[in-house]
Amino acid sequence: MQAETISDTHPIIEIEEMHKWFGDFHVLKNINLTVHRGERIVICGPSGSGKSTLIRCINRLEEHQRGRIVVDGIELTKDLKNIEKVRTEVGMVFQHFNLFPHLTVLENLTLGPIWVRKTPKREAEETARYFLEKVRISEQALKYPGQLSGGQQQRVAIARSLCMKPNVMLFDEPTSALDPEMVKEVLDVMISLAREGMTMIVVSHEMGFAKSVAHRVMFMDDGEIIEENEPEAFFTNPQNDRTKLFLSQIL
Amino acid sequence: MKSTTAAPHREEIKPPVTEIGVIGWIRANLFNGWFNSLLTLAVLYLLWLIVPGTVKWAFIDSVWLTGSEECRATDGACWSVISANIRFILFGFYPHDLQWRPLLAMGLLVALLFYSRERSRWNKMLAWSWLVGLFVMGLLLKGGLFGLTAVESANWGGLPLTLLLSVFGLTAAYPVGVVLALGRQSEMPVIKSFCVVYIELIRGVPLISLLFMSSVVFPLFLPEGVTVNKILRAQVAIILFTAAYIAEVVRGGLQGIDRGQYEAAESLGLNYFQTMRLIILPQALKIVIPPSVSILISAFKDTSLVVIIALYDLLKTTQTTLSDPKWMGYSAEAYIFVALIYFICCFAMSNYSRKLEKELDTDR
Ligand SMILES: Nc1ncnc2c1ncn2[C@@H]1O[C@H](COP(=O)(O)OP(=O)(O)OP(=O)(O)O)[C@@H](O)[C@H]1O
Ligand SMILES: [Mg+2]
Repeated sequence: MQAETISDTHPIIEIEEMHKWFGDFHVLKNINLTVHRGERIVICGPSGSGKSTLIRCINRLEEHQRGRIVVDGIELTKDLKNIEKVRTEVGMVFQHFNLFPHLTVLENLTLGPIWVRKTPKREAEETARYFLEKVRISEQALKYPGQLSGGQQQRVAIARSLCMKPNVMLFDEPTSALDPEMVKEVLDVMISLAREGMTMIVVSHEMGFAKSVAHRVMFMDDGEIIEENEPEAFFTNPQNDRTKLFLSQIL
Repeated sequence: MKSTTAAPHREEIKPPVTEIGVIGWIRANLFNGWFNSLLTLAVLYLLWLIVPGTVKWAFIDSVWLTGSEECRATDGACWSVISANIRFILFGFYPHDLQWRPLLAMGLLVALLFYSRERSRWNKMLAWSWLVGLFVMGLLLKGGLFGLTAVESANWGGLPLTLLLSVFGLTAAYPVGVVLALGRQSEMPVIKSFCVVYIELIRGVPLISLLFMSSVVFPLFLPEGVTVNKILRAQVAIILFTAAYIAEVVRGGLQGIDRGQYEAAESLGLNYFQTMRLIILPQALKIVIPPSVSILISAFKDTSLVVIIALYDLLKTTQTTLSDPKWMGYSAEAYIFVALIYFICCFAMSNYSRKLEKELDTDR
């Protein structure tokens, strides 16, 4: 996959000199990140380094205090309308799936399109079935999330985001709450999504996944992006000592 | 079905006879150990003392449809106190020849409640039926239109009044309580502190004092000449009171919802109201069905406190009957009857809540 051609297109996410604090605690320090359409970025780093907080800032689940975040031309400010608009454009997949347990799989998928995008119910259901097919669980449409395995739930969660037809997908450690035998089925879905050119930012320690789909891999530590590179170079020839230490621990 | 056992023709082993059937049950539950055996015998002895006498009093020596003289003559229960006064107990001072109207209204209410018990029937049509139904009930009680004689609300009483106060009280209190609970969680300080103060204030005073205030203090604030119906004032007091308790229970439910649910809803682009209505409240309210029903049941029974502001609800009409010298002394029978009515209503509520809980259980 060629990163060169992609950087010509205009950026879909621009983060400039962004800082965030939790109280007195400086979680994110001077983050600068530009993501182009169709680009796929994998972020890794030790626990507590601020990876989740960073991607949660992109759809304003967390508020940043300094700097700018612009998503698809919309700057994230206190303006609720803008925030809601950005959120419809940005899909998010969580570590713990966060499916709505009181709704069936199908209802989980159609909720956003029907209430946010005002899609007619029939059409929303068609789209939902299409994406369920895509994540290969169409036969579970009428079940409740509690009746599915972790891997199936995470695939439903991915389909739920896709039903909103997002321009960007954020993944926060989508496989780390799964039993090992279910990791692959979720990664496969993500890989096929990548093949179709979806813009993705993935927090993950799945190095195989990073190598096969990422344009860039970033290493975060202590609230900063310490190092970034193409996957090949990143894994074989890390520059920073902290990156080296981290990679030696997880590989 | 596929069999997973290795030996397909293995004989089924039945449990030993003593562990099944009536004898097995008795042995396992009543006589397992000397202490339980002793307890069982003691209880049996107590029952033997109580039951025959009660049955004799209530059914064998009792009189049912007589005047008060026959009651004086028997040792048994005088159920006649109810049959002879049933219309006053049920309808209070409502004009005698118009009492079919509250009866019909109650029938309509029960029919609507009964029809609404299936969740699959909850649609727009039903909502309209309720609106129309409530209007018709009000019309039946009040009259004054379509050639129905008007009946002053001061004359309303008995069971219709109890049902009116509780059905309206509970249905209105619930949404108010939910709004208060949401307000208490609000990030806006004014709304939040208003809700906190309201809830704590109301929970800090007994219902009786609210009722007194509604009937004695509240009119003092009204401009001269303006009066607000006494029943309405009691109704509002009941709603405000119950809502505060509902609010706290609902808040508990809201706290039981994982933050991930809010985040998932928000990241789909749902706004605050959609998130609450579609995601959070359905889950939170489900969790709090049992405590909510406890509150509703106790609120239902608490409507009987309106006697202290001289409204003639079911309990008061019964008391009034008993103060008639002819029927004095038969309070046991009369109160058993009233208790039975209350019990039926409360039992129906708690039964229904259990059904609802089961239906809404989607976790497995
Ligand atoms: N709501 C919060 N309030 C205060 N501190 C927080 C909050 N959320 C996260 N933190 C802190 O911010 C830091 C970064 O958290 P974050 O969840 O972004 O880390 P992470 O890199 O995703 O770690 P992990 O790999 O464990 O998920 C941590 O030290 C965490 O304790
Ligand atoms: Mg994290």
